[in-house]
Amino acid sequence: MKTYLHIDWTSCDGRGLCAELLPGLLDRDDWGYPVARGKTGRERTDVPLRDADREAAQEAVFLCPKLALSLLERTAPEPEQRTTGR
Amino acid sequence: MTQARDTFPPAPQDDDQYMNAPLSRQIPLQTSQQVTGQEPRLLAAGPDADWARHRETFGPWEPQQAGQGLLNALGASGLTGRGGAAFETWRKAMAAAGSRRKGLLAARPVLIANGAEGEPLSFKDRTLLAHAPHLVIDGLLALAAALGQTGSGGSGPKGTSPRGTSMYIYAQAASLPRVQRALSERPGGKRIKLVQAPETFISGESSAVVNMIANGTALPTDQRRRLSESGLNGRPTLVVNVETLAQVALIARYGAQWFREAGTPADPGTRLVSVSGPAPTRDVVLEVPGGAQLSTVLQEAGMEPAAVSAVLVGGYHGRWVRPAAHALSPVGPPGRTARPGAGVIHALDLNSCGIQATSRIVNYLAGQSARQCGPCMFGLPAMASVLNRIAAGETNPRLASELDRLGRLVSGRGACRHPEGTTGLISSALEVFAGDFRAHLSGYCAGPGGVAA
Amino acid sequence: MDEALWAFGRVSGFVSLALFTASVLLGILNRSGRPLLVLPRFSISLLHRNIALLATVFLGLHVGSLLFDSFAKLNPVDIVVPFLGSYQPFWQGLGTVGLDLVLAIVVTGLLRHRIGQRTFKAVHWLSYGLWPVAMAHALGNGTDVSSGWFLLLAAASAVAVAAALLWRLSPYFLETSHARQGNLP
Repeated sequence: MKTYLHIDWTSCDGRGLCAELLPGLLDRDDWGYPVARGKTGRERTDVPLRDADREAAQEAVFLCPKLALSLLERTAPEPEQRTTGR
Repeated sequence: MTQARDTFPPAPQDDDQYMNAPLSRQIPLQTSQQVTGQEPRLLAAGPDADWARHRETFGPWEPQQAGQGLLNALGASGLTGRGGAAFETWRKAMAAAGSRRKGLLAARPVLIANGAEGEPLSFKDRTLLAHAPHLVIDGLLALAAALGQTGSGGSGPKGTSPRGTSMYIYAQAASLPRVQRALSERPGGKRIKLVQAPETFISGESSAVVNMIANGTALPTDQRRRLSESGLNGRPTLVVNVETLAQVALIARYGAQWFREAGTPADPGTRLVSVSGPAPTRDVVLEVPGGAQLSTVLQEAGMEPAAVSAVLVGGYHGRWVRPAAHALSPVGPPGRTARPGAGVIHALDLNSCGIQATSRIVNYLAGQSARQCGPCMFGLPAMASVLNRIAAGETNPRLASELDRLGRLVSGRGACRHPEGTTGLISSALEVFAGDFRAHLSGYCAGPGGVAA
Repeated sequence: MDEALWAFGRVSGFVSLALFTASVLLGILNRSGRPLLVLPRFSISLLHRNIALLATVFLGLHVGSLLFDSFAKLNPVDIVVPFLGSYQPFWQGLGTVGLDLVLAIVVTGLLRHRIGQRTFKAVHWLSYGLWPVAMAHALGNGTDVSSGWFLLLAAASAVAVAAALLWRLSPYFLETSHARQGNLP
C-alpha cells in the first residue's frame, strides 16, 4: 500500500503553500504551479510519498487554499495512463 | 544560400487547414484496395448503408445475444482501441465489468460510443458514422449486453441487473441526423441516447465525454479514480471509439480467428486511416490491415512517397516521421514503426517547412487548451511562442533549449494528456526536422525556396 | 460584579475587533500568495485562521459578559436576531448582524473540506461586509467612542483596511500575476 499526493490540476492555482511544506518533494514552475522533483509522467500528478513526508503532506492537504490536494492510497502504481481517447 | 528573412514561409491564413476542421465535407469512400490488398471489412456494405443493406451484407444477427463469450473473443482477437490510445479493448471492458462486482449493489455500467473526433485532420469516424452507422450500433449493443451480463453470478447478493447497461452515442452535430435515422430503423434503437459533442479538440477526451453527458461541459475532469471504476454518476463507465465498436461488431459475428486473418500477429485486424496531403491529393479514408507499410498507404492515397518530406502519423498528438520502411502498428521496433494513434496520416511535401507546419499545429493546440490547469494554460502558449520565433527565423541559440525545457516542464502535469501530447509532437519535430531547426537558428529556411504549402 | 462584567464586555469587544482587523489584513495577504518577511505562506494562512478563531472566542466573551450585565439589556434573542434590542437598537443590531456573519464564516471555514471550496468561498466573501459592520457597531454602540485612543485606533484600522483593499484591487496584487501576464493565448 503506497500513499500518493494527488494534485487536482483543475483546482490548483499555484499558490505554493505545498511547496513550502514539502520542499524536498515539490518545486514551483515558471507560473507558480507545483513540480514534483525528479518525477516524470503521472507521478507528477500522483506524487509518491515516503513515510517521512506523510505528516507534512497531510498539512498541505489541509491548508491548500484551493483544496486541490488529497491523499491517495494505492496497492500498485497505475498501469493505465489517461488517454486522449478520441 | 540566402540569409534573407523573406525566404521564410508567409504567415498562415485564417482558413488554415490545420485550424479548421471542414465539418460537413463529404469524404469519398475509397473501396478499391489495389495497393494494400485488403478487402473492405468495416465499409463492406458500401456507401450510406441502411438497415436492409447492412443485414444483407453482414447477415442478420442479434447483438443482445452476446455475453461473456464476447469478452473472451475480444481477448483472443487482440483488438486494440482505434481512438488513439490503443488499449486492449478486452482489458478495458473487463475493468468496467469487474467494477460491478464491488459493493453491495451491482452498479449498472455505462457504455459510450465516442465519435467526437475533435482532431482537425481526422475524418474517419464521421465517415464511418455516415456510411456504416449500423455496424457501430451493433457493436454498442453487443458490448453493452456483454457488460450487463458479466458481474452477475454467485459473487454478490444481487443477480443479473435487469435493466442492463446505459448506452450513449457521442458525436458532432453533422453526424447526428444520420445516426438518428439509423437508430430509428431498428428495434431497440430508442434505448440509445444521442449526445452532441462540441467542435473542440478536447471534446473527445474520455473524462470530457462523461462531463458533457453529466453536466453539459465537455472539459476534462480531475480523476482520482478511473472511469472504469467510477465515471458517469459514479457508475463504471467505458468510453469506446466508434471504430473500435464497429470492429467489436465484426468480431462478435465472425470470431477472433477471422479478425486475426488480417493484419499482423502484433497488430491484428484492420483500421481506418484519414489520409491527407498536399494538393492535388484529395482527403480519403482507407481501411488498411494492421502493420501496413506507411509508404503503401501513401501510394494507395495517390501520393508518391519520394515526393513526401515528412508524414504526421497519429494526429496532433502523434509524431512526425520521415517515411522509410515504417509499419503502422502500435508496437514494433523503433525506427521501423509508426504508432497509428487515431489513424491520422498527413503528408508534407518537399516544399513545405516542417517547422512552420508544426508551429501552426502547436498554436492551434495552445488555443484549444481547456484553460483549467496551469501547466497547460500557460505552458502551451509559451511553447507556441518560442516555436513561432524559431519558425520566423530568429537566430537566438537558446530558443531550442528553451523549447525543450518547457516541454519537459509541462509533461504529466494536467488533468488530461493534452500537455504531453503536444510536447510529444514538438519533440518529434525537433528530431525529424533537426536540420531545419539548425538552419532556422542560423537564419535561413532549408526547404527549397522556403515557400509553404 | 456588574461593573466588572460591563468593563469586561467592552474590553473583549475591542480585542475582538482588533483581532478581526488583523485577520482581515492577513486574509488579504494570504490571497496574494506572498510570504511576509520571515513568514512563509503557510504560516500566514495559519495565522489568519488562528487569529480569526481567537477573535471569535473574544466575541463570545464579549456577547456572553454583556448578556449577564444589566447595562446592556441584552436578551438571548438579541444575540441572533438584530434590531430588537432595547438599548440603542440600531447600533446594537449591527453587532448582532456581525455575530451572525461571524458564525457563518467561521463554521464554513472549519468545515471547508466537507462543504467544498465553492460554498466556502461564497460565504467567505461576506467577511468584506463583516468588518465595516463590526467597526460601525463599535463606533455607534461603544461608550468609549469619545476617548481619543479608541478613535485613533479605529482610524488607524480603517486606513489599514482601506489600503489593503486598494492593494487587493490593484493589477499586480497576486505574486504570480507578472509571470502569468504574458502567456495567455
